[in-house]
Formats: sequence, structure tokens, C-alpha cells
Amino acid sequence: MTRKVKTIVLTGNGTNCEMEMAHACKLACADQIDIVHISELLFGEKRLSDYNFLNLPGGFLDGDDLGSAKAGANRFLHARIAGSSEMLIENLLKFIADGKLILGVCNGFQLMVKLGLLPALTGNFTKQSSTLTFNDSGRFEDRWVYLKANDQSPCVFTRGIDTVYYPVRHGEGKFVPESAAILKEIEKKNLVALQYCDPTRAITMDYPANPNGSTNAIAGICNETGRLFGLMPHPEAFLHHTNHPRWTRETLPEEGQGLAIFQNAISFIRGKDF
Amino acid sequence: MADRIEVGFKEGIRDALGEKTQKRIIDNLALAVAKVATIEVYTIAGELSAAELQEAAAGPLSDPVIQEFSINRPLAKNFDWLIEVGFRPGVTDNVGKTAREAISILLGENTGERKIAVYTSRQYLISGKISQTDAGKIAAGLLANDLIERHQVIAAGDFDFNRGLAAFVPQVMGKDEPHVTHINLAEVDAQGLLKISQEKLLALNLEEMQAIQAYYQNPAVIKARKKVGLNETTTDVELECLAQTWSEHCKHKIFNSKIDYTDGRNKLKIDSLFKKYIKGSTAKIRKAKGKKDFCLSVFVDNAGIIKFNDDHNLVFKVETHNSPSALDPYGGALTGIVGVNRDPFGTGIGAKLIFNTDVFCFASPFYKKKLPPRILHPRRIYEGVREGVEHGGNKSGIPTVNGSLVFDKRYLGKPLVYCGTAGIMPARLNGKPTHTKEIKPGDVIIMTGGRIGKDGIHGATFSSEELHEGSPVTAVQIGDPITQKKMTDFLLVARNRGLYRAITDNGAGGLSSSVGEMATYSGGCEMDLSLAPLKYAGLQPWEILVSEAQERMSLAVDPKKVDQFMALARKMGVEATAMGKFTKSGIFHARFGEKTVAYLDMDFLHDGVPQMKLAAQWKAPKNAEPTFAEPANLNKAFIRMLSRLNICSKEAVVRQYDHEVQGGSVVKPMVGVQNDGPSDAGIVRPLLDSMEGVVVAHGICPRYSDIDAYHMTACAIDEAIRNAVAVGADLNHLAGLDNFCWCDPVQSTKTPDGEYKLAQLVRANMAIYDYTTAFGVPCISGKDSMKNDYAIGKTKISVPPTLLYSVIGKIKDVRKAVTMDAKRPQDLVYIIGETRDELGGSEWFAEHKAIGNKVPQVDVKKAIKKYRALHKAIQSGLIASCHDCSDGGLGIALIETAFAGGLGMNIDLKDVPYRGKKRNDYVLFSETASRFVVTIHPKDQGRFEKIMDGSVLNEIGFVAGNGLFQITGLNGKLIMKEKISNLKEAWQKPLNF
Repeated sequence: MTRKVKTIVLTGNGTNCEMEMAHACKLACADQIDIVHISELLFGEKRLSDYNFLNLPGGFLDGDDLGSAKAGANRFLHARIAGSSEMLIENLLKFIADGKLILGVCNGFQLMVKLGLLPALTGNFTKQSSTLTFNDSGRFEDRWVYLKANDQSPCVFTRGIDTVYYPVRHGEGKFVPESAAILKEIEKKNLVALQYCDPTRAITMDYPANPNGSTNAIAGICNETGRLFGLMPHPEAFLHHTNHPRWTRETLPEEGQGLAIFQNAISFIRGKDF
Repeated sequence: MADRIEVGFKEGIRDALGEKTQKRIIDNLALAVAKVATIEVYTIAGELSAAELQEAAAGPLSDPVIQEFSINRPLAKNFDWLIEVGFRPGVTDNVGKTAREAISILLGENTGERKIAVYTSRQYLISGKISQTDAGKIAAGLLANDLIERHQVIAAGDFDFNRGLAAFVPQVMGKDEPHVTHINLAEVDAQGLLKISQEKLLALNLEEMQAIQAYYQNPAVIKARKKVGLNETTTDVELECLAQTWSEHCKHKIFNSKIDYTDGRNKLKIDSLFKKYIKGSTAKIRKAKGKKDFCLSVFVDNAGIIKFNDDHNLVFKVETHNSPSALDPYGGALTGIVGVNRDPFGTGIGAKLIFNTDVFCFASPFYKKKLPPRILHPRRIYEGVREGVEHGGNKSGIPTVNGSLVFDKRYLGKPLVYCGTAGIMPARLNGKPTHTKEIKPGDVIIMTGGRIGKDGIHGATFSSEELHEGSPVTAVQIGDPITQKKMTDFLLVARNRGLYRAITDNGAGGLSSSVGEMATYSGGCEMDLSLAPLKYAGLQPWEILVSEAQERMSLAVDPKKVDQFMALARKMGVEATAMGKFTKSGIFHARFGEKTVAYLDMDFLHDGVPQMKLAAQWKAPKNAEPTFAEPANLNKAFIRMLSRLNICSKEAVVRQYDHEVQGGSVVKPMVGVQNDGPSDAGIVRPLLDSMEGVVVAHGICPRYSDIDAYHMTACAIDEAIRNAVAVGADLNHLAGLDNFCWCDPVQSTKTPDGEYKLAQLVRANMAIYDYTTAFGVPCISGKDSMKNDYAIGKTKISVPPTLLYSVIGKIKDVRKAVTMDAKRPQDLVYIIGETRDELGGSEWFAEHKAIGNKVPQVDVKKAIKKYRALHKAIQSGLIASCHDCSDGGLGIALIETAFAGGLGMNIDLKDVPYRGKKRNDYVLFSETASRFVVTIHPKDQGRFEKIMDGSVLNEIGFVAGNGLFQITGLNGKLIMKEKISNLKEAWQKPLNF
């Protein structure tokens, strides 16, 4: 019997892409898909340990008022499960220790980075070592970008992907590592899973193909096991060819390119390496 | 004592906000500043220990990778001028609220008792050789809005680099001393009544004040009042409640007035424009549609409801937020969008929100003359409104899929900010239809969401007046999209579990309107205002009742379900308060504690307002006809037209709105080979499992009002419908919303031309009736804003009568949708529809500072035939691209089609079906209605022409692969040859900031 894929799509406090993220999991044939409000975790009604694939969707946690996902990360770090001595963060760390998968998109990626889940070079998942900050343009923008995957990356989500085209929709997507040493380490370990590129597949720092001025055109990174992955672009916004901005003029397969990320995650969970 | 935490960027980290601010200072004020850096300041009250401050600063308040912080000492260095901007007391501080919550979570238990409060401000450190006056200009003219913010300007030489600025807590210092004033109106004469109305900002006229006066002299009323401890005097709570309920904003007194109309030859008596033309037209259409009627709820709820399919309904509403946006563009517009979100959310049993639309009308952002007092520069309004809607829409997770920017110098006095929202709801829920409202006596009144403050007091009455010297500051509010998102997340769960019976939003008029209107379903209400959760102490009972503080919904909850409802609210972190109950007493009864403070007959409250009697006199204006010659060089003419504000690209604004969250984006605002051509309409799939799509489009053409508001309206309706048809909407399943923004049409010394303006309004309504019934596109909801004037001193500016007509419809299979960009070289270019020399009110005439008289007139029978045939051709997959001809006419539609496809075009004007004066520029730039430019593959030509048989159309050229736009003129000579890249650049440049 193959392993059941139990996905949890976390929402609440300003998250807003939970519907399409859950839909992506559904199209990728997950066995169970629960959209869970964070209060359900905090009140112990739902438990992270009952799932093996955590989706952290995009949105504006607490309005991103203190910097993107900062207040959200603060809640994750310090909130207690009601009526018990458990901390939410302990449950999350256990989830990671169990080798389960986490995908953070946009605000979900920002949350992972600000918590310290990514890149987590020293294996310390609660120490922030990079950040996602304001786009060089100083503005929020919605535009589609080309992305090149790193075939050397341990990332399980981007396996088999060469280039993809997804929308970005953010004001704080510029990846900045704490130091040159950390950047070097991230790159050496091939934790950079996706980079912004131009239509000819060349990695680029030029606006708008690189929409935010991200260091070394980094669009998405994973941890060393490849099981935690975050990216600024929105794969869940390209599940059907009619999502593509030029679908009325190009011949495209019906299935959108975003689905691959979710299919990879789900087949990994079903596979023997999980 | 309070503490200050300052957070700034580390050395070498780019400060994007600082750079953006520097650019704005240079662009807007032409001051050459060398650098701007920013510092975020958190002023924290609540006696945190040094260790706690350190923990907060290093934790949620700063980013250790890129930021540094300081506690009670300044970070500022290396600057010439320091400007710090913070809020005034009582103004919504969203960041401060989030910071307080974050600190509470961080420090754990008991933080509530410690009364921790956080207030934010921002420092701008400016380097550059500018004078004190210039620094002041930057502060007051760009960075701070003195209405809601306070600012300090300090030169480096005067700054204390050791201690920095002192912590300042902008707390509202209110005392909890509730007081109700009683006013005896019995002996007050006419002048005295008007004085009361004016001084209390009630915006009630003499007749209305006299109706109130008479009510309190009715012996039966006095007798009933004595039983609850009141008497023949009115309370301030009652007077305010009546003023809100009877305001122009809430009661639409002009639309419901009796009007004597004459056009010189014919006379007409109209008893309510709204009933006769708006409701009347919808009733007629629904009757004609018979079994195919898709309307479910029209004009009775916060938004209109139509069927989407057997299982789902669509809800749609557009509102305006003009007056607040004039005073505080950011807060006004933000509140506009989150405010209109609550309309579909509070319609029927409540709808999930699926998209926003925005239409803004501004004066030119490049306005150079001196500004009249209290008017903000149009560029500042433009940027503030844009940002307000960005934050409101994006943070709520609702895609902004359709909109416009319209420019006219008369919007200097008041900008128009139209915000729309649609929602979807299951057709039935828990076994009951969802589009109706029901409330039973005994149901509990619950208010949920944000708390009540002084913000937004008198919003409804204030927007019922022109912008004047005494326009109140408290009318301005700042929305809080995250508080609202948390509330709507909670309420959707409560809805699906059947935990409430009815829902409505708290908008204009606050609780007095929301509970007052809900009480009509049960027949009365009784609530205790002292139970209302307040932002701070010191609100009087009347203020609690009429405050328009944001992010609140009112609900009717079955007493058996109150506990469950409250438990869910607590769990999801949303405040909910039981305020009283609905009754069948026939009385609007408000108490403060045990004491009755308002006791009004429901009938009087809702139907007691006297009907206005007005006169309207139409006389068609005679504008000078322009005399300019046909230009020798059309290349230049095209460049000028493409650069006009009403024609040029709006991409910079569009990109800053998330238009694809929720995952159902099908036709985006920008399309084409480089994703930068202007779409005619938006399409989304609200149900990700289905291929059915919702189409949204709009029409707006205020310039035509300078000739005749009747044709302005007809053209707006036609434009909205043809935009929707252009992308593939089915004409049989389209519904509309009418949003009128007029200048004051009531004759008075202030408005000596009121009778003419009212006649314009009457004629616009006549056109609504004539054209919606002819098209079979019913109005399902709408709104009017009637006082869009500015009057201070001798300056009076009135907006041109403006109607926004928005349509919502359906496309059965989104895979059939069509976009406006040319697809392939050698495709054939067609024009559908005859062109006439109708350049009155056109962009081409406006470019020559003329209006003219020949306004476009809609031939509705021919239009319907074309739209049905075109729909069939789209359904048959024969249309490669389709673009509507509107501002700038055929010429602009052709060019946009070409450059959106990255392709050239060869056009022969001799082939354009045309009637009128033979001039190339007229053929190209006439704005005749009901026309499209379409391109088709040559192999589809036969089938296409067969389907379109019976409509005027002609092949006028072909798409070219050479990137050149070439036109052969009426004389057979080449009159235009230009690279599309040059034309596109001219189109993209003007508003690219």
C-alpha cells in the first residue's frame, strides 16, 4: 500500500492564497487536503503531526505591518497550544525532524525565512540567517517571470524542472543573506533551487525579469534535505493554461506549469525515500 | 513615561522606501535632495522593562539580517534635515496595533492588564542643500497630511544626537462621562432650526427639520416617550440618528424627489427618478425575460444578486468614496475599497469576495497652477488613492481585475474614487436560499470586527455636502484590511455552520444605519450603546451610534446559537459583542445602560423624511465647433493622441494591484505578446473546478455630458456592454450597476444653475431606462453621490456629471475568451459597425481645446444585432482578437491591437464604412459607439462574414509582420507610416511613474 499524502494548508491572520494552494494539492492527487485556520492548531483541534505535507500559502500575515511575515513568525515562535504546555514551534520542529515536507510560497516563504526554517545551514531552524526585503523598485508588483531550476539542488519540489513561468506578486521579495559567507554556503550546497532568468534562460539581475533585485537572482531556496522549500513566485497561480498571460496567443498544454511543484512533493511522499 | 524603539537599515543595505521618497521629492516638488533614509519609530507605553524592550526590539520589531535598532537613543546620523511623521490622537494606526499584538504574544500572559500601547511614526533623514522652507514643504506637502498626522522638522544643527526626540504618546485623552443633551424644538423658529442643523453638521434642510419638530409635538408620541423616561424634547442621539438615516447619502433624497422637468417643448412630472427609471427599467426587463430572468435580489440589499449557475449566485456592488479621498487620499481610498468589500459580504446571507474593480477620476497629475485652499495636488491624490486601494485590495486577498483612470481638470475640486467588489455565494445553504434576509423578533444584535472610535463620525452627512471650510476631520478614516480579513474569515465559517440568521455591514451612519435597517425586517430593535467596545474612553452615546469606524458587521443571531457564535469568534481572534435584540415593537429603541437615549417610531425614522420638490430645465448647450484643419502629419497626431492621459497606458498602476490572487485569472488587465496591451474587460473563474467564467467591464465617458448627459449615459452603457462582449460575454446574461457622481443639482444661491444640472440628471436617467431595457441588461444595484463640488471663497469647481456603468456577466466556457492583441501576421483586420463624424466631446477635439456638438449616439437595435453575431463568432472560435473602439476611436483601437501583438498593420481608410465629413482625422478619431476592431485568420473569413451578415462591417487591412503601422488615406495616398515601437513608447511614457 502506498503512503497516504496528507496535506495541511495553513491559513488565518491575513493569508489569502489557501484556496488555490489546496486546489493544486487536489489536482496533484493528494489523499487528504485540509485548509486549517491557525487557531485550530492553537486550540489543539488540529495537529500538525497528523499531516505529512505542510503548505504555507501567500498573503499578508498581520498585514506584513512589521516587515513581511515578521509578526507571523513571532506568533509561530511564541504561541502556546491552548490548554497544554506545548508550543506551536515545538510541533513544527518535530514535523521537520520527522522528515516531512514544507512548501512556502511568497508570504509563506517569507515566514519560513524569518523563522529560520530556510536556509537553516547549521540545522538550527529557529535562527534567521537571511531575509526577504523590499524590492529595489520600492513597490509591490504583479508580473510574470521566468525561472530556471538548479538541477544540482537537493530540492525535492523542483525535480525534473528546467524552466518555468510563474507570476510574482510581492513588495518584499528581494533575497538578502546575512553575509557573503552564508551566501557562499547556500550556493555551494546548491540550496538555490530557482533563479530569475530572461526568456533565453540566462540568469539575470535586470529588472523586470528579476523583479526585485534579489541577490544572485535567487527566487527560491531549500534546506539541505531538500524537504523544506520556499519561493517568491506563485506556482499555485498557474494550474490551468488559461492562467497564462498569453494563453490566447500561444499553444500551451492544458495543465499549468505550477502543478509540477506539487506533483513532485506528493510523489516524493509516496516514494521510498520519504 | 513611554519608550522609543527606532529601527533603521544597517550600513550598506538598500533603503528602497528612502529612494522612492527621494524620487517623489524630486518629481513632485522639484527639490534636488541627494539622499533620503528612513527610520521606523515605535513609541511604547506600558512601562516595559529594559529587558522586555530589548526582547521586543530584537524580536518582532526588527530584522536582524538587515536592520539595527536603538532604545531611547537616536539612530539618525548623516543628514541635513530630519522629518518625523506620526499620527494624530485617535487616528487608526494599523502598524501600531500589530506591534502591540506581537509584543503581547512575545511577553506572554497578563500583558492585557498592563495596558501596553504602541504608536508608530517614521523619520525621514534628508541630505541636501535645501532651505527650512523647502524642508517644511516636503513635510507638509508630501510626507505628512496635517489632517491626520503631525510632523516635526529639525535641522541637523538643532538635533540632539545623544537623546534624539522625546517620546510622544498620541493618546486620546477622553473621560468616561456619558452625557445626553435634550433639545426642545417646539419653540424654535425656521432660522433656529437651520442653525441647529448647520452647527451639528446634520445636513438637514428646513422642511426636514420641521418634520422632526412636528414629530415631537404629536401627543401620542409624547405619551409613549414618557413611559420610557423621555418627553417632548429630542435627544442628541435621536437627532443624529435621524440626520444619518435621512442623509442624502443614505436616503437618496434627490433621486426620490418630485421633479417638474421641461426641455422647452415638453413638460414632465416625475415622482422619483429612482422608482420610475431605475427600478422601472429593471422590472420591465425582468418581466420581458420571464423564465430566463436571472435577477435574484435587486435594490433591496447592500448589493445586487444574480444567478451564476444553478448552484451559485453572484453579488456585485460599486461605491464611491470621493469626499474622504479629497481630504486624505490614502485613508479615503483604502476605506473605500475595504468598505465596498463589506457590501457583497453583507448581502443576503453573505458572499465570498472574488474580485475588485476601481475607477478613479482625477485632474492631471501634471497640474501646474496655484492650488485653491484645502485642495491637495492631483499628483498627491493620484499616488495616495492608488496606494490606498493597493493596500486595501492586495491585503484582503481580492484580485483587482478591472478599472480605469479618467482625467478632467474639473476633478481638481473633488476626485471620484469608485470601488467595486463582487462575491459568490452558494445558491442554497443549510437548506435555505441565500439571497434573502430574515430576522425574527428576539434575535440577538451582535456587532463584530473592529472597535468604535471617533473616526468617521458624520461621514454620511459630510458626503452629503460640498467640500467646504468646516468639513470635519473626523469624517476621515483609515481602513484596516487585516482586521477585516480576520473578521470575514470568521464570518464565512459562521455562515457555513448556520450560526447567524442575517448580516449587514456597518458603513455610512454606523450602527444607526445597520441596526436601523435590519430592524425593519423584524419590526424594531432595542440595544444598549454602553455595551459597545470602544477604542478609547470619552465617546458620547450619539457618537457610538453614528460612528463609522471601519471593519464592523452587524448580525442577527438566534439566541440559541449565541454561545456557539461567540465561542467561534473568540477562537478565531475576532471581537464580537451582543448589543441587544431585535423586536417587533415598531420602535428603534436605544439605551445607555438602563436609561433610554433614543425612542423613535420605525415608520418615522425610515419613511418620515419629506419628499423634496425640485425643478429641472433642459436647454441643449451650443458649443463652438472647432475650426482646426486636418493635420498634414498624422504620425505626430497619433503620438499626441497616444500620450493623452485618457488614452495612455495605465500599466504602472495596474501592476501594483494583485490581479490574480485566488487562482482563477483568465483575462488579465494587461495582455499581448509582452503582457502590456490594454484589456477591454476582466474574466475570472471563481470556481476552480469549473470552466465557467465571470466577466466584468465598465463604461464611463463624462466628457459627453458637456453636450448631453442623455447620450453620455447611453454611451457609457454601450461601452460597458461592448467591452464585456469583446472578451466573450453573453449579452443574455449581463447585469449592470449605475453609479452616478453628480455636482449639486439643487437650485440655490450656491448653485444658480441647479435646474440645468438636475435636467442633466433627469436625462441620464431617461437614458438608463431607454438603453438598459433595449439591451435587456438590468441595473441590479447602484449608488449616487450628488454633491461633488468644491466651494471655498469665490472658487467653485463642480465635477462633470459622471456615470460609471459597470456590468457583470458570464462566459460559459472561459476557453472561448478572446483578447485584444493581434495574433499573427497576415490576419485580416475588420471594423464592425459604421463610423460617423461624431467627434463632439471626443479626445481629438479635446486635444484641440474644443467640445463640439455632435456627440456619439447609440443605435441600440443595430448594436444588439452586432453583439449577438459577434458573440456567435467568438463562440465558434473565429475571432483572433477583438478590441472595442472608445477614447480616441478607430485609430487608437487599431494601434493598440497592433502593438499589443508586437505586430504592424496596413490599413486603408477608404474601406472604413463611414458617413460624414470626409477627413482622415475624423474617420480615425471619431468616437462613434458600438464598434470593434477584430482580426481573423484568412481561412475563417467566409464563416466570419456569414455569421456577421446583416451588420455593417468591412475588411480594412491586414496585420503585418514588419512592425510598421501604415495607413492609406481617403485620397489613396500613404498618410501614416511609423514603427509600432515608437507609437507604443509614446503610449507608455506619460504615467509611467
